Amino acid sequence: MENTQLFFNFVPWIVFFPVLGLLLNLTIGKKLSENGIGAIAVLASASAFVVAVLQAYSLSIHPEGASILVAEWIHVGDLAIDWTFRVDTLSVTMMLVVSGVGTLIHIYAIGYMHEDVRFHNDEGRFKRFFVFLNLFIAMMMVLVSGDSYMMLFVGWEGVGLCSFLLIGFWYDFDTLGRPSFANSNAAKKAFITNRIGDFGFLLAAFMMFWQFKSTNFDNVFAVVANAEPWVILWITIFILVGVAGKSAQIPLYIWLPDAMAGPTPVSALIHAATMVTAGVYLVTRSAPIFMLSHDAQYIVATVGALTAIFAATIAVGQYDIKKVLAYSTISQLGFMVAAVGMGAFAAGMFHLITHAFFKALLFLSAGSVILGMERGHHHLAHHGHHGGKHDEEVFDPGDMRNMGGLRKQMPVTFWLYMVGTVALAGLFPFAGFWSKDEILADAFLEFPHVYWILTGAAFLTAFYMGRQVWMVFFGKPRHEVAAHAEESPLIMTAPLMVLAALSVFGGALNLPGVHTLTVWLEHTIDIHPGEFNMQVALISTALALFAIFLSWLLYMRKPLTTGQPDPLKRILGFAFTGMENKWFVDEAYKFVFIDRYTDLAKFFAQTVDWDFWHEWFHNSVIAAGFVGLTKFLANPIDLGIVDNISKILARSIQYSSENFRKVQNGFVRSYALSVMLGVVAIIGYLLIK
Amino acid sequence: MNFLLEPLNLVTFFPLLGVLVLLFIKSEAKNTIRWVALGTALVNFGISLWALSMFNSSNPDLQLASQYSWIQVAGWNIQYYLAVDGLSILLVLLTTFLTPIAILSTWTAIEDRVKDFMVFFLMLEVGMLGVFLAQDLFLFYIFWEFTLIPMYFLIGIWGGPNRLYAAVKFFLYTMAGSILMLLAILWLGVNQGTFSVPELVLKGGIPADVQLWLFIAFAAAFAIKVPMWPLHSWLPDAHVEAPTAGSVILAGVLLKMGTYGFLRFNLQLFPEAAVKAAPTIAVLAVIGILYGAAVSYSQKDVKKLVAYSSVSHLGFVMLGMFALNAQGIEGAILQMINHGLSTGALFLMVGMIYEQTHTREIAVYGGLWKITPIYGSLMLIVALSSMGLPGLNGFVGEFTILLGAFGSKAFGTPIYAILSAIGVILAAIYILYMFQKMFLGPVGKIVEEVKHHGHELRDLNAREIITLLPLLVFIFWIGLYPAPFFNLIAPAVDKLLIPFRAILGG
Repeated sequence: MENTQLFFNFVPWIVFFPVLGLLLNLTIGKKLSENGIGAIAVLASASAFVVAVLQAYSLSIHPEGASILVAEWIHVGDLAIDWTFRVDTLSVTMMLVVSGVGTLIHIYAIGYMHEDVRFHNDEGRFKRFFVFLNLFIAMMMVLVSGDSYMMLFVGWEGVGLCSFLLIGFWYDFDTLGRPSFANSNAAKKAFITNRIGDFGFLLAAFMMFWQFKSTNFDNVFAVVANAEPWVILWITIFILVGVAGKSAQIPLYIWLPDAMAGPTPVSALIHAATMVTAGVYLVTRSAPIFMLSHDAQYIVATVGALTAIFAATIAVGQYDIKKVLAYSTISQLGFMVAAVGMGAFAAGMFHLITHAFFKALLFLSAGSVILGMERGHHHLAHHGHHGGKHDEEVFDPGDMRNMGGLRKQMPVTFWLYMVGTVALAGLFPFAGFWSKDEILADAFLEFPHVYWILTGAAFLTAFYMGRQVWMVFFGKPRHEVAAHAEESPLIMTAPLMVLAALSVFGGALNLPGVHTLTVWLEHTIDIHPGEFNMQVALISTALALFAIFLSWLLYMRKPLTTGQPDPLKRILGFAFTGMENKWFVDEAYKFVFIDRYTDLAKFFAQTVDWDFWHEWFHNSVIAAGFVGLTKFLANPIDLGIVDNISKILARSIQYSSENFRKVQNGFVRSYALSVMLGVVAIIGYLLIK
Repeated sequence: MNFLLEPLNLVTFFPLLGVLVLLFIKSEAKNTIRWVALGTALVNFGISLWALSMFNSSNPDLQLASQYSWIQVAGWNIQYYLAVDGLSILLVLLTTFLTPIAILSTWTAIEDRVKDFMVFFLMLEVGMLGVFLAQDLFLFYIFWEFTLIPMYFLIGIWGGPNRLYAAVKFFLYTMAGSILMLLAILWLGVNQGTFSVPELVLKGGIPADVQLWLFIAFAAAFAIKVPMWPLHSWLPDAHVEAPTAGSVILAGVLLKMGTYGFLRFNLQLFPEAAVKAAPTIAVLAVIGILYGAAVSYSQKDVKKLVAYSSVSHLGFVMLGMFALNAQGIEGAILQMINHGLSTGALFLMVGMIYEQTHTREIAVYGGLWKITPIYGSLMLIVALSSMGLPGLNGFVGEFTILLGAFGSKAFGTPIYAILSAIGVILAAIYILYMFQKMFLGPVGKIVEEVKHHGHELRDLNAREIITLLPLLVFIFWIGLYPAPFFNLIAPAVDKLLIPFRAILGG
């Protein structure tokens, strides 16, 4: 009893350990070797994982959880926000996923970044990477362990910052290593798009405070049932705006594909496994609010489903190995959002976990492929195989059209990638099968339209993954570099093997009939285990197999050759052009929002504020007016009138004084006469009066 | 002697002692002059901390009063009256805190007439402290006008190429507003029989229609100082032309004299009029927030960008203040401090690079984070603080302000808060634009140009880091644990709110 209390009290260390790690690296990192820096960062992340495990253990004895107050934060009037950590089955589930997958990716990154900084000729940046990565773990922990919407928001924006820093990690280049603003543009785009989502989050928080007098989870949920329907609807819609930003849903998903500019471990950790699922966590956390509004659930589920299929169509038309995975992530996030939107919280969280495993696996394997290609490229450059030809053009190691036949050069990576692919495609008995199927089964019962859309998306998922695997690993190398690609070292592949194992067996977390995860989460949110639906399972399995067969027909039966256009182009025509170009959404946003705002800002700054207000009004009207007035006063008024008046006055005085001077003649007699006349006048006046 | 040892008199006039010492130092002994000025400002910061230690934060009333009868003619009752309460204590500390930092920033930037510069600078501190401490309207007015004179010379002598235009504009603009305020002050003094602010508050009883006119007269002076849209036209000129230290004090403290004036006089003396004016002020504040942010985004000169961002930031302060609830007003007071710290730091950092490159054109920079990593990292923190990242100071103020405005009874609608929250997005746009174009991307051509002149662009030196460090400490402190600051403000704000609770209910 006492001991478990002790573990609960330990929970703030889940943030303190990573912060400690980053501070250590900031201060003494300069003196350490790359392995030393990496070891500190890994240890920090692993310690957080240990804390999470301890919390899970404590919870298994006291499933009601605990709230641990660290300090007060913002107390103003009746607003009271504290730094309080919340330990319950939901938050600890997230802690385990984030720190667990996070630690594996930290290990992988030691190997990856060792090579990456050398390809970019900037070894000094190795330390910075791990500082940011530790900061991310800390912020993510604040996000999932906060006891109120506002503490969650600190983590929410904090991970957004880390995302910005890591997308723009190679801020002076583009993705191909040329000097450019491109990577920093991608970073900025992510931050600003997320800020739009945060705008929604903030409004939801304001509304909660004024309606419920608190932003604390328990306090809000205790009274939310008494709120009027419009209040609940608006709160959920504002939350959805936040979710759309962070979890890359329509219409704010546009930042995530560009986020692939970051080093691959970042794509795996932040932009696939953890940060982008924060929106799913938020909706799950807010379950008591969403459950009150069927309209809200309908909207959220539909947004998720539409995102799932829309992003899947784009994934089919991509050539960059990471871009395919990026759109796949958006699509899978759509699955999760649709699930939690429907109220299938266990299914959504289940898919969040399995997706963290297999998508991290896929991204990291893709990173391994890209580095393998880089190694091949360097090998060729050093051995001068090809004259000056390839030195002139910039080689893109991530372009699948340059790959082919890599399973021979990189057999370990190939098998790992296959595991991830099968799990993502949702084939029995891999992890993705169970979690995706649970979502589809729930949708089948709750919202049929969502079910059909998601089934379509699942079909496309299997197809684009098939296309990718055939293009990357099978057929013949379409570029010299692919023929010379080299396998990655053990420090990179070992963490992948762990993730591969999790991708295979992860489904065991919530098997039909046992519902381990559902029972675990039920301590925190009110959910009921979904039933396994054989019909749904059969349809989705059949569709997945059919999609893989189709991709085999198109990309494997006759493998692509160098320079050959995508065979789908012939079949789909214009539609495929749309897919290739992401349906021109970026271009449309640029035209409708970005260019317009830039123009407006310029108009305000130049025309309104400077030309009109500063130059014309102040300098011409006021200043010139004042000068004009003074001149007017000086010339016509002062010289013309005032001067003349005074001249007239002067002359009349002169004239009168000339006359008066005659009076002042100095003769006493005339003075006496005057005095006498005066006296007579006065007496006369008095007499008459 | 006793008079001078009263804490508030001491803190206000101690800088004059420094001025006196400076007068006896030869103009050529520049470093001695700098050290004397810095020492004076540091000691004065210590004195203000001593005053703080005597300040009872649970007492909502004016404290540490120094009150003497002063001018008693023709039935006028003018007092020498300094006192401090929760509304002003933080601003006093901000002033004594920023002054030594600003002086430290001039170490190598000001080489010309150093003695005169320091004399004016310390005199400016006297004026600013007087403004925040004076509790007699007449005395307040004297200090208020007095601050103009040293600032006028700081811009006019040590400013950029267009300094005279900027200095005169600054002077005339402020004077124009002040005249109306003077009339209102005289009306109050004559009709109410006292110039003492607490007495006037206690007396009350000014008819609502007269209140409105007096409110407008005071507001004219303060709105120009803040500056509220559309009275901001003097600000970019003054900032762009002022030397770095001048910009720091101008943004950090002088603008706060305007917002403080609203708080102390417009809200306290004319509560009915304040309630009536609240929606109008809110509209102007929202326009200021959005307009300032948009205009910032379009600037090519980084100092101008920061200058216009003040219009946006102070819009938040005004919005919170006239929300007329605890969250709004406490947030507004805290945000005055936050803006002083963040924008002060931004101006310092712009000055630090300008000293090396002699240009403020954003386009010539780029990739600075690589060349000057410490400078880049610190700039990132300050930029994030300015755009209100949670965990840093700016967020705490902005959040409480917006929360207060969202549920304000004086506004009666959340629309102002919603529109202002868009300003938070726009802030990210202009701040990140600045950070990206200067610090990210490929290395800009200025690096080559500096090399061409036989220099190497260097990272921050120890003095520059020491200049910034205190600001960074508070950026994190207020962001993570603002409780000590709110505790100083809260009782006084609660008291301030009494009449508004009566009018608005609740």
